[in-house]
Amino acid sequence: MGVFKFASCDGCQLSILNLEDDLLALGQALDIAYFPEASSRMEAGPYDIALVEGSITTAEDAHRIRSVREQAIVLMTIGACATAGGIQALRNWADVESFKQVVYPSPQYIQSLSTSTPISGHVRVDFELWGCPIDKGQLLRIITDLLAGVRPRLSADSVCIECKRRGNVCVMVAKGIPCLGPVTRTGCGAICPSMGRDCYGCFGPTEGARTGPGMPPNTASLAHQFHQGLQLIPIEVVRRFRGINGDTESFKRESESWEKKM
Amino acid sequence: MGEETPRTRTIAVGAIARVEGEGALRVTVKDGAVQDVELRIFEPPRYFEAFLVGRHYSEVPDIVARICGICPVAYQMSAVHAIEQIFGLRVEGALRDLRRLLYCGEWIESHALHVYMLQAPDFLGYESAIAMAKDHPALVTRGLRIKKAGNAIMTLLGGRSVHPVSVKVGGFSRVPSRRELEGLTAELLWARDAAAETIRWAATFEYPDFAPDYTYVALHHPDEYPFNEGRLETSNGLSISVGEFEQHFTEHQVAYSNALHCTLQGAPYLVGPLARINLNHDRLPPSVKQVLAGTGLSLPLRNPFHGIISRSIEMLYALEESLRVIERYEPPPVPALAVTVRSGTGTACTEAPRGILYHRYRVDGDGVVREAKIVPPTSQNQGRIEQDLRQFMPRLLNLSNDDAALACERVIRCYDPCISCATHFLKLEIQRGSGT
Repeated sequence: MGVFKFASCDGCQLSILNLEDDLLALGQALDIAYFPEASSRMEAGPYDIALVEGSITTAEDAHRIRSVREQAIVLMTIGACATAGGIQALRNWADVESFKQVVYPSPQYIQSLSTSTPISGHVRVDFELWGCPIDKGQLLRIITDLLAGVRPRLSADSVCIECKRRGNVCVMVAKGIPCLGPVTRTGCGAICPSMGRDCYGCFGPTEGARTGPGMPPNTASLAHQFHQGLQLIPIEVVRRFRGINGDTESFKRESESWEKKM
Repeated sequence: MGEETPRTRTIAVGAIARVEGEGALRVTVKDGAVQDVELRIFEPPRYFEAFLVGRHYSEVPDIVARICGICPVAYQMSAVHAIEQIFGLRVEGALRDLRRLLYCGEWIESHALHVYMLQAPDFLGYESAIAMAKDHPALVTRGLRIKKAGNAIMTLLGGRSVHPVSVKVGGFSRVPSRRELEGLTAELLWARDAAAETIRWAATFEYPDFAPDYTYVALHHPDEYPFNEGRLETSNGLSISVGEFEQHFTEHQVAYSNALHCTLQGAPYLVGPLARINLNHDRLPPSVKQVLAGTGLSLPLRNPFHGIISRSIEMLYALEESLRVIERYEPPPVPALAVTVRSGTGTACTEAPRGILYHRYRVDGDGVVREAKIVPPTSQNQGRIEQDLRQFMPRLLNLSNDDAALACERVIRCYDPCISCATHFLKLEIQRGSGT
């Protein structure tokens, strides 16, 4: 197995090290041949499994991900950056040259693409693990499935289903908090409503989690409820959908449609 | 790797491992003398300060956490304290204690990660902690279990350890019951003893004789070892309020790095555990001082390789402090204070595991961020890392290319550079040549 990093915060790689109880067993079950954050040993490919963290934001990285793909039998993205472009994809609605000027006194030194894009925008991806950060239990389950030769499958439910199972009182119904749970895929354990707050969509939209008619999340209905029911003004609706997974198809469509109403 | 001629020599090593970040080190040697040391940071910029503009203040803790998966609490703490200053809020009592406890969790997790998984393999001669576990299973298991105890605090208070979700301006979205907190006690007691054991163990390593003349910078609080509050103090006698930070500390850009360098009155300085202990050792409880005294080390700690010891000491402190907070905890009347939005500018500095983390925000009357400035610890230590390498290099010039490069990597790892905050992936290149 190899672990590769692109533009990201390292949190998903840290989730691997946070396996703690299972980390040493994992190291025995497979050979972690390339994982610079954790080891000085850096074996060349090919790799049976490549885990990829981070999004593509530079021309050099766009080139590097192709080389990772060529060396990997199974390429799996870990986390919102690799899977959906991440929080740094907020630049996709902005002028990156002006961003550079905000952060750097000499922006001409900085090499950076105008977009932050997911790995799937560049190479074929075999499996996507959502979350900001990923859930380490999901990661372990998928690696175990791959080792057993089973095609990994994760639940396609929305956060709401998990939230109900935990017996939470709905924060949107009871407290009028605009929660993204109905349109966000499960996997986190519904931790935000469990902590008394709104889900902010860090596991991404449920789209693609299920196939078949009518399966994409009904973001339009939820946005309508935010606006009509909870009195959010259009810019607030835009911000709700334009967050950590803002550049995914359904969240992007929703934020852009409300942007027109501002 | 690398090539040699009688008069010129270039060494290029693939990557420095066991750090978080992407960059390269380039050392130029001419006629046997070190000319230039450049820590070149390639971590692609993510522009947080730019896209924070236009976001509501309530979103800031969730957004800035994503700067760093290793120290998200630090980013959240600096952000909420800066914004609370704008709104004239003071978070006190049990809520203040819970913030300290959450920060303790992050220090324990981050320091255990660095001590056991990133730096110890250097002293014991392994490529990684996983490889080290084959010969020293009890040792690595102990490190992982301490780390897990830190993560358990963060998970209880924040819902999860990476990017916790409960921190908000005014307090928390949810606070634990006494009983929930007490559920942590048994494991924290175990970890406290394991941390004391860690200090004694780390003190037995063989350290290079190296003591640069540092200017240390850390927060200093009248009564406590610092997390969220205090004045900024330096080892050369400067004492300023956090609001004066930008009058004394300046960020500047160098062509070879994507991370801005920060200097104090034009000179590099050191932040992090070594600086904190040297400036705040009188705030450590007697039990921690006693373990420190037992190692035979005298203060101030000046050897950067002692970073592993200073992190172990702070791990022990954070565990004792966690137990103290839990012991006296009475749930606050409300999980968060009510907020009255007003426009203005606020600053805050807190002690991230790797050193001071400065934030400044300007928000408008709707609570929307109009300006953000963030100075992470690793960008502050960058200049100091370069200077240390410059001082350390002469003793490496007789080594083979590979060995010299490995030694440089070890120096860099001493700082536990949080390269997600500033850098990612270090590639080391040493150029040796004759003068032209």
